[in-house]
Amino acid sequence: MKRPIRVVVAKAGLDGHDRGAKVVARALRDAGMEVIYTGVHQTPEQVVETALQEDADAVGLSLLSGAHNYLFPRINELMREKGMDDVLLFGGGIIPEDDIPRLREHGVERIFPPGSSLEDIVDYVREAVGRRRGEAAPA
Amino acid sequence: MKTDRPLGAQTEARDDEVEHRGAQRGVSPSTRSKKEWLEGTYAPATAKTAERKSRFSTISDAAVDPLYTGEDLAGFDVDRDLGYPGEFPYTRGVYPSMYRGRLWTMREFAGFGSPEDTNARFHYLLKHGVTGLSTAFDMPALMGRDPDDPLSRGEVGREGVAVATLADLEVLFDRIPLDEVTTSMTINAPASIVWAMYLANGENKGVPLEKMGGTIQNDCLKEYIAQREWIVPIRPAMRLVVDTLRFGAARTPRWNPISVSGYHMREAGATALQELAFTLIDGLEYVKWGVAAGLDPGAFVPRISFFFDVHNDLFEEIAKFRAARRIWAREIERRYHPANERALMLRTHAQTAGVSLTAQQPYDNVVRVTLQALAAVLGGTQSLHTNSLDETYALPTEEAVTLALRTQQIIACESGVADTIDPLAGSYYLEHLTNEMETGFQRYLDQIEAMGGMVEAVERGYPQREITESSFHFQRQVEEGEKVVVGVNKYQTPEETPIPVLKIDPDVERRQIERLAAVRAKRDAGRWREAMDRLREAAVAARGSSQAELMPAFLECAHAYASIGEQVTVLKEVFGEYRDPGYF
Repeated sequence: MKRPIRVVVAKAGLDGHDRGAKVVARALRDAGMEVIYTGVHQTPEQVVETALQEDADAVGLSLLSGAHNYLFPRINELMREKGMDDVLLFGGGIIPEDDIPRLREHGVERIFPPGSSLEDIVDYVREAVGRRRGEAAPA
Repeated sequence: MKTDRPLGAQTEARDDEVEHRGAQRGVSPSTRSKKEWLEGTYAPATAKTAERKSRFSTISDAAVDPLYTGEDLAGFDVDRDLGYPGEFPYTRGVYPSMYRGRLWTMREFAGFGSPEDTNARFHYLLKHGVTGLSTAFDMPALMGRDPDDPLSRGEVGREGVAVATLADLEVLFDRIPLDEVTTSMTINAPASIVWAMYLANGENKGVPLEKMGGTIQNDCLKEYIAQREWIVPIRPAMRLVVDTLRFGAARTPRWNPISVSGYHMREAGATALQELAFTLIDGLEYVKWGVAAGLDPGAFVPRISFFFDVHNDLFEEIAKFRAARRIWAREIERRYHPANERALMLRTHAQTAGVSLTAQQPYDNVVRVTLQALAAVLGGTQSLHTNSLDETYALPTEEAVTLALRTQQIIACESGVADTIDPLAGSYYLEHLTNEMETGFQRYLDQIEAMGGMVEAVERGYPQREITESSFHFQRQVEEGEKVVVGVNKYQTPEETPIPVLKIDPDVERRQIERLAAVRAKRDAGRWREAMDRLREAAVAARGSSQAELMPAFLECAHAYASIGEQVTVLKEVFGEYRDPGYF
């Protein structure tokens, strides 16, 4: 039997807005994934270390503080350094449209803006992790 | 209209009226029960044309009946439960003349970039008619970190204004008359430190402490419950709050040293009732700690202010404000019977619900904000912030914040709702909701008191978990379409036109780091050392005694240009640090 998807849901930096992160963490768990929620106020190093320790398939970072242009690229950089090339990095929160292309260049595959549906997020994580594991997307 | 019988008894219509109406329609509505109407008239009608939904409920998911009548107010007593404005139990308003005397204070929360950027925004807002300032600090300041702290990277000036020392406050409040304008400062864990800087700045400009008016949020309990801007563990944080209550009562009669806040709990997903109950129980906890430290409730309780969210559900929100005043008056009276009646008056700030704003169809937000602002005014708030339409993207642009302010001015000057006091009193539905809020509060109070009080409840994670549950429940209702969010799960638009968004100068971080370095190089090192030593001694003393005072030490640190981060480091060393237990 294949291993369930393991996702680290992270809050980095000083941002305390954790409503979205917690709702998403719960929805992923309810969808059968193993979810590790970091709690707020993590450094990029702590987030990546958690993902490494937990052997995560995906890291979902929630940011509503405006620090996304620093924190996403930094986490991506640390993930590359640790050779975590097969781990999915995605995110959500208050992130202006204009900043998204630059975040994509820094390895953030997808950003979910406010108002995104939980179902879309769950489907996306399943599909994107499946893709990385070389599986066909589940029906 | 003065009536000495309870509204609930109004179904007893006069005999002649019954006879008259009875002659026209067979049976007078006033002698028939709600049940009879539901069964005899409503059910047949809805059998033909079904109701829109299988279940109607408020945004907090409290069930809503098709109709409310006097029967829903059984036991309601107008004199006891409503009273008159400016009189116990203050359901109808804390002041006798309410908005006929003076309109609510229109504050637009502002802060971004450097102190210069925000000072310019303050002057812009004052020019356009705000009547009080409200300061948003950046995340590093809120978390007690300096701009050169590694964890501050990428956050300086982003979510609010960057400040580290008195030098920043001098710029931030440049050309602001501190004895005329009242200033609200939304800061919690390091509130005493920043308050001391504000007061020190005023003193240096020749404004005595007793002339400065304003509010610091300084509500640590809701940080652990919802907002997550903590530094030290809960009990030492309570200790710091008690210190500001003592200082405020003795030295700053125009200052609210705390603004007990439900806003952040609501934004985190609490229902209206949870927001109301947890906030008031937090307030009661602060009073309990103040009294235990030997403070006179008649002296410090009148300076405790409140801060509520205003969400979309118009009647539920109005009821929440009215119930809050009645419950606070009754609880403080019952527990302390203070000689100073002002201790019974719940004065509150309100802010429209940021969480209700949508990124989709952002102009719809103007309409939401209008309804929410209307609820706050009909609920009798003392001051109000209206959110801007662009706040799901970034901090607001000048144009967006002006429109938000105009929304308040239109309600105040054109709608007529401010011209008579508590105009919706007596509405069966509203009074019923107000009563339900009070009943629901009592249930939460009993549970939390059984745990030993709010500090104990928070340590157990009780309110945190209640809010997380509600937040998840609401999200599910949205996903299933049971709750409609226009533009998000109904009436979507395929193509959206982007709106202008405020950009923060990315160079602010570098400049603030340089400014702090310059302050450190220039300040009197001997005075700074002495102030820092005194702070450490005061903190150590406060750890062992509820009487030891900290505010004088913070004031001296402010005058010595000690930074927020430097002072917070001392507090962490003495009191320890709090870490997120990470419930979800």
